[in-house]
Amino acid sequence: MTITQKILAKAAGLDTVRPGQLISAKLDMVLGNDITTPVAINEFEKNGFGSVFDRTRISLVMDHFTPNKDIKAATLTKQCRTFARKYDILNYFDVGDMGIEHALIPEKGLAAPGECIIGADSHTCTYGALGAFSTGVGSTDMAAGMATGTAWFKVPSAIKFELSGKLPPHTSGKDVILHIIGKIGVDGALYRSMEFTGSGLSSLTMDDRLTIANMAIEAGAKNGVFEVDDITREYLKGRVSRPYTEFTADSDDDYDEVIKTDLSEIKPTVAFPHLPENTKTIDEITEKVPIDQAVIGSCTNGRISDMRKAAAVLKGRRIAKDVRCIVIPATQSIYLQCIKEGLAEIFINAGCVFSTPTCGPCLGGHMGILAEGERAVSTTNRNFVGRMGHPGSEVYLASPETAAAAAVKGYIGSDIFAL
Amino acid sequence: MKAHGTAHKYGDNVDTDVIIPARYLNTADHAELAKHCMEDIDAGFTAKIKPGDIIAGGANFGCGSSREHAPIAIKASGISCVIAATFARIFYRNAINIGLPILECPEAANDISDRDEVDIDFDTGIITNITKNRTYKAEPFPDFIKDIISAGGLLNSIKKN
Ligand code: SF4
Repeated sequence: MTITQKILAKAAGLDTVRPGQLISAKLDMVLGNDITTPVAINEFEKNGFGSVFDRTRISLVMDHFTPNKDIKAATLTKQCRTFARKYDILNYFDVGDMGIEHALIPEKGLAAPGECIIGADSHTCTYGALGAFSTGVGSTDMAAGMATGTAWFKVPSAIKFELSGKLPPHTSGKDVILHIIGKIGVDGALYRSMEFTGSGLSSLTMDDRLTIANMAIEAGAKNGVFEVDDITREYLKGRVSRPYTEFTADSDDDYDEVIKTDLSEIKPTVAFPHLPENTKTIDEITEKVPIDQAVIGSCTNGRISDMRKAAAVLKGRRIAKDVRCIVIPATQSIYLQCIKEGLAEIFINAGCVFSTPTCGPCLGGHMGILAEGERAVSTTNRNFVGRMGHPGSEVYLASPETAAAAAVKGYIGSDIFAL
Repeated sequence: MKAHGTAHKYGDNVDTDVIIPARYLNTADHAELAKHCMEDIDAGFTAKIKPGDIIAGGANFGCGSSREHAPIAIKASGISCVIAATFARIFYRNAINIGLPILECPEAANDISDRDEVDIDFDTGIITNITKNRTYKAEPFPDFIKDIISAGGLLNSIKKN
């Protein structure tokens, strides 16, 4: 069995499972945000479920439109807050102690290896970086999950990504996942798991892995999962005290396909509009693509190492005159760390906006919406038509280092690292 | 559990926008949604469907947005089952969660022609093409999925138990 299959078998109380099999699994965590939770609450209440399965295993994170951007958002958050109080939900995160859910959940130790997690948000796949099975679902699933602590799954087959080598300068996890999506396409892993192993793991930080697992959904995958190693265990120290189970796959025969990637060959990569698979390596971008805005943040790249990498580029420099640069650390503790390390000062001195945690512009919510014809380089995960604002605007996906360098230059191009 | 009806055949990548166009998402009324089911790909759909009929689709049926309205529109229009070579992941979940039986069976999806008469036994996964006198085998539903579908959806089945 693959790593995912072993986790699902355990969650279903079975010795083995096979691809295509439908199972009912016990959930370790059920997650929702300020947009999806109200819909699930409506279903929960309409169906008269009087109680939640476990008040410690539900996480509600107010991140998309918070601090509330308008009356509608305020109403939705209020509904979540009322529900959380009524059922005494332990892991309810609101303004002041919130963060973007997929950065916050790992940080707070609410996901661990071998656990089975659903979230009413498609990037729930992020926690695969810790060796968990986690996947995005709809609001009906979330309502049912909160009531019963179970969900049904169809056991996926998997692609194994065997990584070797070490990342060269100016590259990070974001370039790895953009490279992979560029290669296999936005449906390249449809329905399947993406499982990451190999000697190259030892050179990938936990933040790199979280970024890679985060975008498994952009390749159509049900989940992405990393083999657990010392880097994972180190990350979990002080965060997770409950016992957890590490799984490894049995053999290559359990996979549909094995794709080998030499990390030393990865180059800074940018996904052009309007699909994450439209990738070009930086040396292939022969023209200069002028930008109006740079966004550094989101559940993909709002972690401390992302902030450090962007700050290293921006230190002592100013962003180009006609560019707005919006930096959004993903959680309160990352925000504080940025202040402690002097990164906040670097960003502000460079001419950036430095914001409290929020999804904000990533989904075209608030805090940096694009007008018609405007173009952004962004460390987020989707560049669909209209994702960050007007349908006539454009989003180019890149790493924090690339986005920061582009902000300084005022364009995306092959020479941006010659600062 | 069984289904029996005339098959209506479609190709690959039938997306949720053609199943129920976004311009009708301002209502959650099932009957209203059913009126516009498949409108943009097959304008005569609602007129020709008899209760119990079957949709046969190709690969990646239900791709696109995660709207639960799509399987609701199909179910409310009287379709008893969708057979496809493959389904998009979230459509698959949503269909079962709202109580629309769907079967993944590439063999059946490819071989069934428009207007073939089809018989489905959900307990065994056997799909019989009466017109062509052939059978195909899909993975049968485990009991708990059967419970969800026969209760009319996930939340109803939880309430019942
Ligand atoms: S940061 Fe963007 S992708 Fe991530 S959860 Fe928020 S809206 Fe979704």
